[in-house]
Amino acid sequence: MMGKLTWDAIPFDQPIPFVVSIVVVLGVVAILAFTFFKGWWPYLWREWITSVDHKRIGIMYALLAFVMLLRGFSDAIMMRSQQALAAGDAQGYLPPDHYNQIFSAHGTIMIFFVAMPFVIGLMNFVVPLQLGVRDVAFPVLNSVSFWLTCSGALLINLSLFIGVFARTGWLVYPPLSELAFSPDVGVDYYLWALQISGAGTLMTGINFTTTILKLRAPGMGYGRMPIFCWTALSSNLLIVAAFPILTATLAMLLLDRYLGFHFFTNDGGGNAMMYINLIWAWGHPEVYILVLPAFGIYSEVIATFSGKPLFGYRSMIVATLGICVLSFMVWLHHFFTMGAGADVNAFFGVMTMVIAVPTGVKVFNWLFTLYGGRVRFTTPLLWSLGFICTFVIGGMTGVLLAIPPADFVLHNSLFLVAHFHNVIIGGVLFGAFAGYTYWFPKAFGFTLDERWGKAAFWCWLIGFYLAFMPLYVLGLMGATRRMQHYSDVGWQPLMLVAMVGALFILAGIGCLALQLWVSIRGRAFRRDLTGDPWNGRTLEWSTASPPPPWNFAALPQVEGTDAYWGMKLIARQERARAAGEPSRWQAIHMPKNSAVGVVMAFFTTFGGFALIWHIWWLAIVGAIGVIITALTQAWRVETEVEIPAEQIAAFERSRPQGAIRGEIA
Amino acid sequence: MSLGTLATPYEDDVPISERGPASIDVTAGFGFWLFLLSDVVLFSALFAAYAVLANRTAGGPDGLHLFNRPYVLLETACLLFSSFTCGLMALAFGRRSAPATYLWAAVTFVLGACFLGLELSEFTRMIGEGAGPTRSAFLSAFFTLVGTHGLHVTTGLAWLVAMMAQVATLGFRPVVIRRLLCYSLFWHALDIVWIGVFTIVYLGPSHV
Amino acid sequence: MSEQSMSGRTETRAHDAAPGVERPTHHGALGYLTGLGFAIVLTLASFWAAGTESVWGPGVPVLLAALAIAQMGVHVVFFFHISSGPGDTNNFLALAFGVFVVGLVVFGSMLIMANLDANMPMSMEHLMEMQR
Repeated sequence: MMGKLTWDAIPFDQPIPFVVSIVVVLGVVAILAFTFFKGWWPYLWREWITSVDHKRIGIMYALLAFVMLLRGFSDAIMMRSQQALAAGDAQGYLPPDHYNQIFSAHGTIMIFFVAMPFVIGLMNFVVPLQLGVRDVAFPVLNSVSFWLTCSGALLINLSLFIGVFARTGWLVYPPLSELAFSPDVGVDYYLWALQISGAGTLMTGINFTTTILKLRAPGMGYGRMPIFCWTALSSNLLIVAAFPILTATLAMLLLDRYLGFHFFTNDGGGNAMMYINLIWAWGHPEVYILVLPAFGIYSEVIATFSGKPLFGYRSMIVATLGICVLSFMVWLHHFFTMGAGADVNAFFGVMTMVIAVPTGVKVFNWLFTLYGGRVRFTTPLLWSLGFICTFVIGGMTGVLLAIPPADFVLHNSLFLVAHFHNVIIGGVLFGAFAGYTYWFPKAFGFTLDERWGKAAFWCWLIGFYLAFMPLYVLGLMGATRRMQHYSDVGWQPLMLVAMVGALFILAGIGCLALQLWVSIRGRAFRRDLTGDPWNGRTLEWSTASPPPPWNFAALPQVEGTDAYWGMKLIARQERARAAGEPSRWQAIHMPKNSAVGVVMAFFTTFGGFALIWHIWWLAIVGAIGVIITALTQAWRVETEVEIPAEQIAAFERSRPQGAIRGEIA
Repeated sequence: MSLGTLATPYEDDVPISERGPASIDVTAGFGFWLFLLSDVVLFSALFAAYAVLANRTAGGPDGLHLFNRPYVLLETACLLFSSFTCGLMALAFGRRSAPATYLWAAVTFVLGACFLGLELSEFTRMIGEGAGPTRSAFLSAFFTLVGTHGLHVTTGLAWLVAMMAQVATLGFRPVVIRRLLCYSLFWHALDIVWIGVFTIVYLGPSHV
Repeated sequence: MSEQSMSGRTETRAHDAAPGVERPTHHGALGYLTGLGFAIVLTLASFWAAGTESVWGPGVPVLLAALAIAQMGVHVVFFFHISSGPGDTNNFLALAFGVFVVGLVVFGSMLIMANLDANMPMSMEHLMEMQR
């Protein structure tokens, strides 16, 4: 009746997971109760949970990312402290079984439930605004994407309380991840969580590629699109092309585990190396999916805070598309040591070095944008400068690793760990933080506190270098990754330095939280009244902060790149016309809210949990629930809501005079 | 009548990319096209696995001895003709003719169901002979590749039934037409994937 | 007062075309019949090629591949109505990107795995051979 699920699944005998589980469950119940008794549930359901507005969905994605950052970072603190302690005869405090789950959860959560949602959330919020349109191509699908991602995140978190997580690392290589060597539910939690959230991500890829290619304001040809939209396009094209590979490969592993197939097993002719080949054919494009939008954010931020147009717009586009294509031609560098011949290794080594070239073009373009500009050292710009220094180092160590003989020494060492954290934290995370700070006033109507923002940046920067530079050295000294314990006591001082770095990063996270708290408390003094707090260059800054649900009362007519900058220049020469006449505006149809996303995710969560625990009847119920939800949506005829012209006129009247708007009726 | 195609030009000298947001028909069609391409990439991973594992038979039977080519030719004919009748259905709903739409949908359904029936009986025969998917890596890859295609066909048949129900209850409103167009794209794409399957899987093993 | 839709314009008559939609250059049922006819010929040719003695053995896979690609092209042109015209650029480019990725995944995987097999021999004899 309950499959493999028994009371043994709950970790009564393991203090750390057990205590954490209790605390988290109590916390969740407290939040639910608080919001319920405050009467917020109808508001939350109506305005957020069933919203199909890209702005709301983007904010929810970012919120998911922040919450999961806390979980992923607690894993990191545990690993750092274990490694700081467990030298020589000391054993630390985390048994190997537990440690293995922690590093697996850390990687899985950080990539799939922090970095991806953060980047996708920022693209969600910004792209339609920058394109000068009202929403993405498929708003209801957008909501489904978000809720499926949440469903996956929920399943991963459930593994802490009920059962175990995978002990295999974040890519669950066979044969270790096969049933013979991982008979428990850990790998199944991983697989089903990623299949569910992966479906959501694929839908996002389709949604945004279509939006960017088919829905842009009049006059916005490809050469006038903001650079962030170009990088978002490349990233989403990669999602459409790469995520199906992940789905297929994880499905094959699932077939091995559930139905006894022999794709990757040791017996029956299976070939575990094929898994590694396929998973990295997805895995390499994945890191570019993460970093390309970050590059776009840096381009926007650097141009805005230099007061100059981006240097080399066209070469940026070519470089971005070049990276997009090349990212599919390097994947073997993740398994140089798996036994390919020198010729094949050399080809992929060279291709890996080649992909550094367009990246270098971008770095020079950013530098030339700053050069000669009137640079304002705001928090987003600081994150960008920190990125340039940090990412270049990480990139160089990447080129070093791209040399197969060097990689034979350094593969799976702490050098590798330092490299990929270097590029992901320095590249993706700093970009996400820059974007968060930059677009926060647009989303919420008030700016973030600059002092705490800068404090957060410095803590993160110092913390990153303290935490990861020692790992480069340790890797060269022979330390491998995923060590619960090591015998060479000489490594311990560097591990301690790394621990201090992690504490600085913890302080940085604290600063971010404080920044938010202080900004919300003092928001009356920090209001963004004009919609353009940074003297921005692109169309999102022509809207109110926060924008109305329809974004633009009338779609702007775009004349050049940096569309809004051009409009501001024109408007300085002419007076902005009075906006209050109702006859100027027309009624707008916006897509109606839909519960299909959250309801579908409800069924996938139960269905996924059921499949993990072999509760077959519940899995069937979940599947039927998903199908019925989809069919209900298919028969929905009332899909739009009309916003009357009077409401639009009233909104436009309420915006402060002197706000410069570029729309033409 | 055709949708979303060349009607009165917006402005001759304005490139398509600067004409503002595309119509919902074009947008939905393109989005579905992207989904189809993503599905093709999914199949390519399964094809790759099949190609790599094709000779890993673990001492068990191989394709040469398992596959019956005339049988596969019959399956191929069913699917190919169903793709053709799907095209005729597209012309029918393009004209907004409900009876013709139902007729060609029914024929498409029957042909698709015949394909599935033939495939299922082939699978059953193989499993009965001890050549099931758990026998070897080759057979795992075979059953997964061909089976995934079969699952897509099954989904396509279910979707066809749902679409006919939509036509019957909602009529030929724009959203239903868009979905019917997406359906026909899907059905044609399945035939394209089948071309790959019968060529590589069934015709691949050579008579030495 | 005309309505504005989500796209912000009144009914757009764009040249941009959705995949699968009839183009005026195709003639309804005749287009589909032509496509069917080509497809039948190519299918029969494939089945013949696989079993015949008249084609030199090693050339058979190449012939099969050519016939399969040709038939996929027939489907794309006659059933999907994709062309290289200006309204179809996005559709065509997306298809090209998809084909690129498929090629990489399938042929890349085959090459890499074959290379691994060749370099990691299963027999001691072969292994010693490589050490020389």
